[in-house]
Amino acid sequence: MARVVVLGIGNTARGDDGAGRQAARLLRPLLPGKVEVLELDGEATAILAGLENADAAYLIDACVSGSGAPLGTLPPPGTLHRIDAAEGALPHSRSDISTHGFGLAGAVELARVLGKLPPRCIVYAIEAESFEPGAPLSAAVAAAAVLAAERIKTEIEAEEPCTTPP
Amino acid sequence: MARKTIKLDYLARVEGEGAFKVVVRSGAVKEAELRIFEPPRFFEAFLRGRSYMEAPDITARICGICPVAYQMSAVHAMEKILGIVMPAPLRELRRLLYCGEWIESNTLHVYMLHAPDFLGYDSAIAMAKDHGDTVKQGLELKKIGNDILNLLGGREIHPINVRVGGFYRVPAKREFLELAEKLKWARDAALDTVQWVAGFDFPDNVRDYEFVALRHPHEYPLNEGRVVSSKGLDIAVEDYDDHFREEHVAHSNALHSHLHGQPYFVGPLARYSLNFDKLSPLAQQSARDAGLPETCTNPFKSIIVRAVEVVYACDEALRIIAGLVPPEAPFIDAPPRAGIGCAATEAPRGLIYHKYELAEDGSIVSARIIPPTSQNQPAIEKDLTSFVADWLNLPDKELQHRCEQAIRNYDPCISCATHFLKLELDRG
Repeated sequence: MARVVVLGIGNTARGDDGAGRQAARLLRPLLPGKVEVLELDGEATAILAGLENADAAYLIDACVSGSGAPLGTLPPPGTLHRIDAAEGALPHSRSDISTHGFGLAGAVELARVLGKLPPRCIVYAIEAESFEPGAPLSAAVAAAAVLAAERIKTEIEAEEPCTTPP
Repeated sequence: MARKTIKLDYLARVEGEGAFKVVVRSGAVKEAELRIFEPPRFFEAFLRGRSYMEAPDITARICGICPVAYQMSAVHAMEKILGIVMPAPLRELRRLLYCGEWIESNTLHVYMLHAPDFLGYDSAIAMAKDHGDTVKQGLELKKIGNDILNLLGGREIHPINVRVGGFYRVPAKREFLELAEKLKWARDAALDTVQWVAGFDFPDNVRDYEFVALRHPHEYPLNEGRVVSSKGLDIAVEDYDDHFREEHVAHSNALHSHLHGQPYFVGPLARYSLNFDKLSPLAQQSARDAGLPETCTNPFKSIIVRAVEVVYACDEALRIIAGLVPPEAPFIDAPPRAGIGCAATEAPRGLIYHKYELAEDGSIVSARIIPPTSQNQPAIEKDLTSFVADWLNLPDKELQHRCEQAIRNYDPCISCATHFLKLELDRG
């Protein structure tokens, strides 16, 4: 059976940084027994270990993209980005989209270099608003976490081979 | 010379969120400031009013890399207040857990964060393109540290099995024996690692540090000992506040620690230099084979010391497993009582000090946590002030890289503080 992993990444004690983990928690009961759902704090080698021997991986993390973009053109908080990491390197401007420095992007690229990147590897990045210690998810980001969980569920179900005998 | 400012947007291979600024005027370093943005006292405030039983789980959240250091310091402080004396078998298991964290954290730093500096790569990813098998070895070695945390801590990150008085559950002996097989491989891999890093080129920079570490009469320090320094300090942990002072500085959110008004140095280099005689014979031999003196004051060689400590941690973990006696109970229970207690342990990055006051019902009245990075901040600044003067003839890019490397010598965990370090070099 194909091994499918979902990695929710972030720090729940830092406001919207917990978005990826919230999405993972929502997803867990939606796909019982079908996927391995892990919550990680963003350390690169732990992400790498999570990707190992997976046939398909879905990573969810908070992000702040568009740094350096003109004011007013930044994606609003709660924007959900979907990036197919198996297709090629994460775009350079996005290599630091994660809130974890040497974290998600580093882990994906390291997995690629070491030949350990799952054949299917999708990154969902949720545009964050605030990383205030102790704060809950902001409303837009909480909604995006729900959306991310639903989209990943749909993707996994669409990818799953038909198990009913012909 | 025209006014010039060099900025580095972020320094990824540092665990944390901060910035570094060096100001050079007339060929001399005028100021070197490490700024940490993270409000460091969040967790201390968060602990107030919570039960003493929650302290290990809450403090473990401060850092994903060294949660055991926080847990161990917290439980030892609580146990002093409650009058709990750890029976030997539980004490050994805690030491084993800490070995896991040392293997994990030191290996991560050696392979993924620091080695690329010495081999001329800007990241572990770039290094992995040319040194794939080496990086794989590092990851495998680190994973064995994680395995210890998984078994004894209940999970790899933010372990949940540690409690005041012992553990919630003690794994079966069979589970430890499986771990021992992996640890034998790990010990060999660690010996290889020492040889590998000893072959790097090291800048010839030394400083007259005051090293501070725990020292224990019979063992390399992990969970207990007196606080000693290379300049004669030798005190009980209870006297810490009489000698060490924390101060606010304008340029950083994190407090700066001083010993008798002077910067000091905590971490592997200090621990090793103050406790070489307590390393296992194998770890001592690996250091000698690497050409490392018993006292090392070149901070760039901390990468070799970290590798030697991984040899020790594997060796010590194997010793503990071989002599394992199942504890009578997974923990010692004691009713809460009012009091003040403190403890210091050796985090991978150096001495960490916790102090708590409990009310009669066991709720936390006050908490103080002094992580290694805030203690090393003044020493990092002094290193930069001292070393940059020797490097001023280097091109900006190389000078900037040297500065980053010098900061990484300390493996600063600013996330015991978060994520980005900005480097600003102002040559005036």
